[in-house]
Amino acid sequence: MALKDKYDVVIIGSGPGGLAAAISAKKYGAEDVLIIERDVELGGILLQCIHNGFGVEIFKEDLPGPSYAQRFINEAMLLKVEALLDTMVLDITPQRRIFASSKINGFVDIQARAIVLAMGCRERTRAQVRLPGTRPAGVYTAGTAQRWVNVEGYMPGKRFVILGSGDIGMIMARRLTFEGAKVERVLEVMPYLTGLTRNYVQCLLDYDIPLQLQHTVKRILGHQRVEAIEAVRVNEKWEPIPGTEEIIPCDTLLLSVGLIPENELSKKAGVQLDALTGGPVVDNNFETSVPGIFAAGNVVHVYDLVDWVTEAGLAAGKSAARFALAERRREIRHIPLLAGHNVRYVVPHELDKQTLMEEEVRLQFRVKQPVEEPVWVEVHSENNLITRKSERYVRPGEMVTIVLTPRHYEEVERATSLTVSIVER
Amino acid sequence: METTEKMICITCPKGCTLEVTHDGQTVLKVEGSGCKRGKDYVERELKDPRRMVASTVRVRGGTHPLLPVYTSAPFPKPRIQELLAELRKIEIKAPVKMGEVVLADALGEGIDILASRDMPRMTG
Repeated sequence: MALKDKYDVVIIGSGPGGLAAAISAKKYGAEDVLIIERDVELGGILLQCIHNGFGVEIFKEDLPGPSYAQRFINEAMLLKVEALLDTMVLDITPQRRIFASSKINGFVDIQARAIVLAMGCRERTRAQVRLPGTRPAGVYTAGTAQRWVNVEGYMPGKRFVILGSGDIGMIMARRLTFEGAKVERVLEVMPYLTGLTRNYVQCLLDYDIPLQLQHTVKRILGHQRVEAIEAVRVNEKWEPIPGTEEIIPCDTLLLSVGLIPENELSKKAGVQLDALTGGPVVDNNFETSVPGIFAAGNVVHVYDLVDWVTEAGLAAGKSAARFALAERRREIRHIPLLAGHNVRYVVPHELDKQTLMEEEVRLQFRVKQPVEEPVWVEVHSENNLITRKSERYVRPGEMVTIVLTPRHYEEVERATSLTVSIVER
Repeated sequence: METTEKMICITCPKGCTLEVTHDGQTVLKVEGSGCKRGKDYVERELKDPRRMVASTVRVRGGTHPLLPVYTSAPFPKPRIQELLAELRKIEIKAPVKMGEVVLADALGEGIDILASRDMPRMTG
């Protein structure tokens, strides 16, 4: 795929938020829309969420994750959204320049008129919940196990304990049971379920997997491999209650202990984050504190249903398209003022042509070399002389001014740039 | 004999807790449902509990070694393990299109097993 230097809307991430944003940006008039995705295919985490339950709100259908993703992928392809796969975005500037690296395209440098951040979220790990004990193999996040079991075809263990009653944890409890593993226990530190109740019914109750609320892992045991965990009951302050410990033999501990919006790139772009959600502060158009940078989906806050992520993506894509189109109009209206022969620079750097309809614009500059005889100061468009004035001499130490007036508007309107030069007489 | 028990409706993500009064298989009263689907759920759940089943089958020559699949309709709950054993025997060849029937009329229940996504052929 031949990459363009400039795109109307660039979307970072191709999960449900990114796909919806791309589709919506196209529908609201953005011409060049690009999704950058680090995986080798579009779809994001939905591809490993093979269970049903997606799309009940949006499609009024009960779809598995990959089908939900595929509908949006197909629509995006139909709308000619471009996709840059297997590519990692390294940096984003507040001026919306994007730097990325990919095996096929090498180092990528793209200017976007608008950006939608749709990087989603990542799982909390063992280190982030500070689980004591040894550090054997066999402690994984539920999502990692999900990718192995559902996409890559590996079983991470035979006897499991799952910490956390989030949706991924409960869904994995059922999935592992389907694949012949034994799930000994699901432990939840809170006094209530943290995932959806329907998942408690169809993932745990259906398969007699015991759930213990107000319980956590006190210690992980084992050297090469997990051999057991020590579970313990906790009080309201999450403090272990002595005497309630129980050793549960197992070979794998899965962690389903929360998700964190992934915002390393947002920070680089200078986007203001909310300490509570961990995601960008956004307005109702999903615009962040940096103009032209929008954010949608789990990168903003962690959703319970994918349908709402899609909805947010659609809204962010629409806003991004509007911003990009305004940017295009601005680019057409604003033309660069260039330094021609014997001119060092011109201020202002750009001219908003519309200003000229009503008022004069003063162009000021310094020359490079002194000319001690009369010269013309000329302003040219690509083809025509717009205006000129005479100076008796020009010297680098003395600033020169030439004025454009509403009389020049008609000529300037057709120009794509103006050049100021010193012409000897 | 008339009994009252709590059931959680799994029709939608709301997960209403229903208070169900029933007489074995006949539903006498349902309270606490947010919509009319709650009563339908209880009736099915008492007579013929079913679940959507999603799993994987092996696929040869695809971009991944596994193809996610799902049941075209909720499947009888008591036969899920049997169905999973059946799915383990299947190996299909890429390319596969979303919605393609991977196993028709699974276990004679009149329910098809469908591909959850496209699985393109591995290139290069």
